Amino acid sequence: MEGRAIDREWKKGSAELLLLSLLEARPRHGYEIGKLIELRSQGALRFHAASLYPLLYRLEKRGWIQGRWVEKSGQRRRRYYRLTAQGRKVLAAQREGWQTFVEAISRITGVENA
Amino acid sequence: MPDWSEYVRGHLSDLKLAPEREAEIAEELAQHAEDRYRELQSGGATEAQARRIALEELTGHELLAKELRAVERTNAPEPLVPGAGGQGRFLAELAQDLRYGLRAFRKSPGFTTVAMLALALGIGANTAIFSVVNGVLLQPLAFPDPGRLLRIFESTAELGLASVSYPNYLDWRRESHSFTDMGAYRSDDFNFTGTGEPEHLSGEYVSASLFPLLGVTPLMGRNFLPQEDREGAACTVMLGYGFWKGRLGGDPNILGKVLTFNVMSCTVVGVLASDFRLRDEARIYFPIEQWSSLLLRTRESHPGLRVVGRLKPGVGIEAAQAELASIGSALARQYPATNAGHGVKVVRMKDNLVGQVRPTLLLLVGAVGFVLIIACANVANLLLARSTARRREFAIRAALGAQRRRIVRQLLTESVLLSVGAAAIGLLLARWGTRLVLAAAPDSLPRSAEIGIDPYVLLFTLLVSIVTGILFGLAPAFHGANASPQESLKEGARGAGGSRHRVESVFVAVEVGLAVTLLAGAGLMMQSVWRLLRVDPGLNPRNVLTAQVALSPSVMASPPAIRLAFQQMLDRVRAIPGVQSTALTTLVPMGDSDSEIPFWPGTGPQPPQDQAMSAMFYIVTADYPGAMQLPLRRGRFLSDRDDVSAPPVVVIDEVMAKHIFPGQDPIGRQINLIVLGPARVVGVVGHVKHWGLDSDDTSKIRDQIYFPFMQVPDKFMSDAIGGVTLALRTGPEPLSVVSAVRSQVAGPTRDQPIYAVQTMEQIISASLAQRRFTMLVLIIFAATALLLSAVGIYSVMSYAVTRRVHELGIRAALGASRRQIIGLVVRQGMKLAAIGMAAGLIAALALTRFMAALLFGVRPADPLTLVAVTLLLGGFGLLACYIPARRATAVDPVDALRCE
Repeated sequence: MEGRAIDREWKKGSAELLLLSLLEARPRHGYEIGKLIELRSQGALRFHAASLYPLLYRLEKRGWIQGRWVEKSGQRRRRYYRLTAQGRKVLAAQREGWQTFVEAISRITGVENA
Repeated sequence: MPDWSEYVRGHLSDLKLAPEREAEIAEELAQHAEDRYRELQSGGATEAQARRIALEELTGHELLAKELRAVERTNAPEPLVPGAGGQGRFLAELAQDLRYGLRAFRKSPGFTTVAMLALALGIGANTAIFSVVNGVLLQPLAFPDPGRLLRIFESTAELGLASVSYPNYLDWRRESHSFTDMGAYRSDDFNFTGTGEPEHLSGEYVSASLFPLLGVTPLMGRNFLPQEDREGAACTVMLGYGFWKGRLGGDPNILGKVLTFNVMSCTVVGVLASDFRLRDEARIYFPIEQWSSLLLRTRESHPGLRVVGRLKPGVGIEAAQAELASIGSALARQYPATNAGHGVKVVRMKDNLVGQVRPTLLLLVGAVGFVLIIACANVANLLLARSTARRREFAIRAALGAQRRRIVRQLLTESVLLSVGAAAIGLLLARWGTRLVLAAAPDSLPRSAEIGIDPYVLLFTLLVSIVTGILFGLAPAFHGANASPQESLKEGARGAGGSRHRVESVFVAVEVGLAVTLLAGAGLMMQSVWRLLRVDPGLNPRNVLTAQVALSPSVMASPPAIRLAFQQMLDRVRAIPGVQSTALTTLVPMGDSDSEIPFWPGTGPQPPQDQAMSAMFYIVTADYPGAMQLPLRRGRFLSDRDDVSAPPVVVIDEVMAKHIFPGQDPIGRQINLIVLGPARVVGVVGHVKHWGLDSDDTSKIRDQIYFPFMQVPDKFMSDAIGGVTLALRTGPEPLSVVSAVRSQVAGPTRDQPIYAVQTMEQIISASLAQRRFTMLVLIIFAATALLLSAVGIYSVMSYAVTRRVHELGIRAALGASRRQIIGLVVRQGMKLAAIGMAAGLIAALALTRFMAALLFGVRPADPLTLVAVTLLLGGFGLLACYIPARRATAVDPVDALRCE
């Protein structure tokens, strides 16, 4: 899954990439992540709880992200996810792979258009 | 507002998560749902709409449960132990492999049982043999710092190592500086009278220095004091633990009590600990100077005295040897009449004790190792077959990303698991097997009381089982791990592989080869024993009973009374119905004991010691040739008239006649016996193989002298009667008269015991015990090997037939006859067996050389044995091939072709 090869399961791969990217800047909780995906994709991509959380748990199990309960005064405690060092490496690799993929696609589609 | 948490939990309940994890997920998801619910409401949705949408998104038509199941329930192998280092991961994987292995074995109980049994046999036999080797050869003697204990012998060109004369021992002890101390001991028999039945006991005379130098601390009381080990000192005794516990009921107040042995009244000064062992049979100990015999005082007699020394720290065995040699030669110069030609030789105590059985035990170690390798090869073949059947499983695992290393490890874990399980069963078999070994070899094995399953044996078994598991697991593991996913999955259940077949064939050939080697060894031992049993012992052992006898203490003081008591004993026994001849002898042929007497022929003075000759010395009564059916060659045998008042006479054997009087008539010639004086030869009898059927021909002392019992001079009577044996020939089975003999020997005073009752046939049989024991164990090993290798050939051939069903079907369809098909299969199998047999014969030729010393009358490379062994194995091989071959012909060609 890491490395340059273009992942066959690119859909699933892209979801992972999205999550990891969103956690790159700072830790976020699940609801916030779901909201951000929806906002930044201008509503084109939506992750419901039913698929978002299992994916988060999967990434956590792989050791790419780590969840931690944080209590802020006056609020309920929430589980924040942050990127681990390993997750950062995976993100870099997936980003590169994704770029290769997108370039390849655009080269093909570009030729067709020309 | 809905209870989101409750709702989520309802959806998670099927997953059976750990409670904490479930609570955590429920909390997180409930929060999300609540946030979403609020958001929807603030966006203008009604409460009911918001609720419906939030719930729908939350569970996504069971998507949540499905996804969570995939994430939470998989035992994803890689990140199973978050945060743990390499070791934790290793252990976790090991635990996983073990669980997996156990599950796999449970699923195939047939395979598991067969493999476990084969391995348990192999490991059990190895453990049994190792525990014998461990007890006898490896464990140090049970004395402190045993490496510095040496046995010290006199040595002569004629005898090799010889027992020591007491005055020489005293001189060595006084003059040498290499030893912290020396001690001497001598076995003797004692009659314990006084309390209850008279009892015959084996005991030791020991020097007062012996126990302290060995490092022996008594359980109760003390060791002997130097002043108690003086001629004329009051008698003291130390009791062995067994005698104290068994005969005296472990009397806690025994110290200071007076017990009667023979005619001596001795004060108990100590009781030895239960683990003390000098000689297994010894039960009581006396100071050596209590032995009132002249033999102790004369430098020329060597009355079975054993000497032990403890090296001083920093002194090597060579230095001690050199020092004693120079003391020995000084003594030879000082006492030329008795010591000329006598050297001194030191041997490590343990080597002296176990040196004789070392070759036998090492042979058995090798043989039992072969059995284990054969068992391993068989189990490896079983595992190979299994790994072929499991190729799909491995292919799927490999496709899912399992590394090759990981699969090899899984398979090795399984095989080690198998062998460690087998070792547990093997340990039980070994306990039982060791007992069997000890029962088969009770007397011929030194230190047998020290054999048992101790931590070393357990460690050995554990190591053997792990090494075994890796050994037989390696080939199947790599075979399994090398499965190419595409190939295996495509191939489906039919799975085959040329490589597997090759490996399997190699295993079978190895098995056959090892079996041939073992069979050759067993065959040679069988031939040796068979040839030994046909050796003429020189007397007729059928229907001869022997029993040691002792006289009543009341007659012991007077030599004429002793003679009379023995004469009356003979008369009473002779009157027992069924008894044909009765005689007394001081020495029984082929028993453990021997007695030599130095002599010289002619009328001249005694020649110098280094030209002295010795002969076996039997003191017997007149009817000895009748009891033993000893053939008379010339002259007459001893008669009742040869008593103290008549001129001294002897009878010699034909070997001595030829040796001493070559080409002359020995009758009427004079020989001179040391101490006893001159005697005239009156007859010549046949030679008896005193040293045993096997070693008599090569023994140094073969001349035999028979001296009349009633002519023993008064002053030697008490020495002569130390170990008198009654020998009688019976019409009926000899053991049937034992109770009558016992009561007639006991006599009117009822205090004369008989002991060590044996038939002559039992004595001869015991003299072959070690060889027969080796033969027995080798036969058992060889039979196991034969069986296992036949099973090996059979399993490979039946698998081969299954694989070739299609081909054989086509052949049958094309008109191949039954015979041709059988021939085809048998040829394939026998080719394998032949390769194995050829390799085995070469190995046998190379290895049986090492057992040359254990053979009798047969050369290691005996062609007859090798041919017989090859035929035997070939026969079993044919049978093992024929059964699957027959099955092959039973295949209906139509069926076989349809199978495809």
